[in-house]
Amino acid sequence: MGKPMKIRAAVKDGVTEVKILMQHEMETGLRKEADGTLVPAWFITEVKAQYQGRTVLEAQFGQSISKNPYLLFHFKGGAAGEKVTVSWVDNKGDTRTDEVAIAA
Amino acid sequence: MNAKQIIGMVVAASFAAAILPAQAASLDAKTTDIIKRDFRDKGIAKASRVNQDELQAACSKYVDKVPTKLKHKLEAEQEKAVKWPADGKYMGDWKAGEKLAQSGRGMTWSDKPEDAAGGNCYNCHQLSSTEIAYGTIGPSLLNFGKIRGNTEEVQRYAYGRIYNAKAYNACANMPRFGHMGILSEAQIKDLVALLLDPESPVNK
Amino acid sequence: MNTSNVNKAILMLALAASCTVQAAENETTDSDRIAAYREMISDGNPAEFDEMRGEELWKTAAGPNQATLEKCDLGKGPGVVKGAYAELPRYFKDTGKVQDLESRLLTCMTTLQGLKEEDISAKPFASEKKASDISSLTTYVVGQSKGIKMAVSVKHPKEKEAYEIGKRIFNYRAGPYDFACSTCHATSGVRIRMQDLPNLSSNKKDAQSAYTSWPAYRVSQGLTRSFQWRLNDCFRQQRFPEPKFASEATVALTMFLAVSANGAKYDGPGLKR
Repeated sequence: MGKPMKIRAAVKDGVTEVKILMQHEMETGLRKEADGTLVPAWFITEVKAQYQGRTVLEAQFGQSISKNPYLLFHFKGGAAGEKVTVSWVDNKGDTRTDEVAIAA
Repeated sequence: MNAKQIIGMVVAASFAAAILPAQAASLDAKTTDIIKRDFRDKGIAKASRVNQDELQAACSKYVDKVPTKLKHKLEAEQEKAVKWPADGKYMGDWKAGEKLAQSGRGMTWSDKPEDAAGGNCYNCHQLSSTEIAYGTIGPSLLNFGKIRGNTEEVQRYAYGRIYNAKAYNACANMPRFGHMGILSEAQIKDLVALLLDPESPVNK
Repeated sequence: MNTSNVNKAILMLALAASCTVQAAENETTDSDRIAAYREMISDGNPAEFDEMRGEELWKTAAGPNQATLEKCDLGKGPGVVKGAYAELPRYFKDTGKVQDLESRLLTCMTTLQGLKEEDISAKPFASEKKASDISSLTTYVVGQSKGIKMAVSVKHPKEKEAYEIGKRIFNYRAGPYDFACSTCHATSGVRIRMQDLPNLSSNKKDAQSAYTSWPAYRVSQGLTRSFQWRLNDCFRQQRFPEPKFASEATVALTMFLAVSANGAKYDGPGLKR
């Protein structure tokens, strides 16, 4: 299982802002060690955010995204106290899911 | 508050913060002891590097504002130690000079013994008009040769200044590239050419 | 991107954030743009992960004594972490020494947990391959002073002495390049190549913003770097040998720089290029 994410979510004027900080190496597969050996590719491929069973964001990630990716998005609706669930999958099949209650 | 009160406050404040000369001397000595004890070899950077020569010690003690008499003495000593080229020629190849000027490598503990030291020039100076990533700690050297010409006198001056900047200004920020063995005679000549050759991008 | 149930989901990757910043590009400097970038990702500082790791280490029993660090006295009493960093370095009666955060943590880890000093000092900095416990602990402790005003004392004679020695180390020229800290950090408004250099000796604002933004997550290295690491890297570029970890020399220099930052709100862990 992957390392925990930091998620913040807050609703204002009917729009919920979600900030997600993920912990991941995001190796491109192109980088070499000092001795010349290739560091194998290892990166998040998919991110999904859900609110009350609805998918409010689905993203495809790739090698161009930095280590420890940060993602910010808004969606219409959302209520304080309700939960937003975020999960990612990487190219090794590893996954991580965290959730957070929406703040007012 | 009148002027007298303000003066009184300033005097009081400076007394509170002042360090007496005897105290300062003992703090200087203590600092040197601590530095000599608390640094260690790492890679090519040996602990002995913290041992100061007379010039380094004077510039540290006076925070680069050395009393005039001592300053002139130090500058004269540095100038005397300059090794001028035996063939009497000061100019090399400006293209090799530009490469050297670009390189900021050399002599750190993460550099390998076989890594050649660069000139570090662009770290602090503007040189070629085409290189926009230049530092501003030192003065701009753009058009250095265009402004001064490249008479033998100017060539000798540029060579000396790179070989040992401290011969001209005891506590200059600039390293002593020849004196400390950072660059070779041939490399310094290449840098002189970068500054003075009419074909060099510094003068274009 | 699936927007079936949501009309307008606005996706913004921090990496792509430059498009927002570019609108105001004409009148702004690089520093302004960097500040705007920092603001935008201020809630996304990966240093938080190192804080989490440090907090876990603080609260987990470890070492031969199987003790936590929750009784560690960082100057405000045993176990008080909140605001401790804003008053460090300081004089500690029990050790009879002025200590900065790193050297004080070393004291706590050896006395409370029974760990060996040389084992801790052998791995003082995080690397790509391996995190450093003492480095993560500092990240956690500094985070507990965020927003608190720097108030480092020089009242005790030993504190005053450390400050004076630190100032002298700052101006100490040596090595093949004759460099001191002051060679690069005693003039305002200068830069090395394109990198702006803070004036740490005579510009209060520069000294404050530099000190209060370390430790920091270095985006280019993907690691959270401690203040000790920052000092070490300066000495490396000064062509100096390596300062010993948590030594009197580094504590004194830290004292000088911390006092220069007094009055400013501590703002770390920061985020750097």
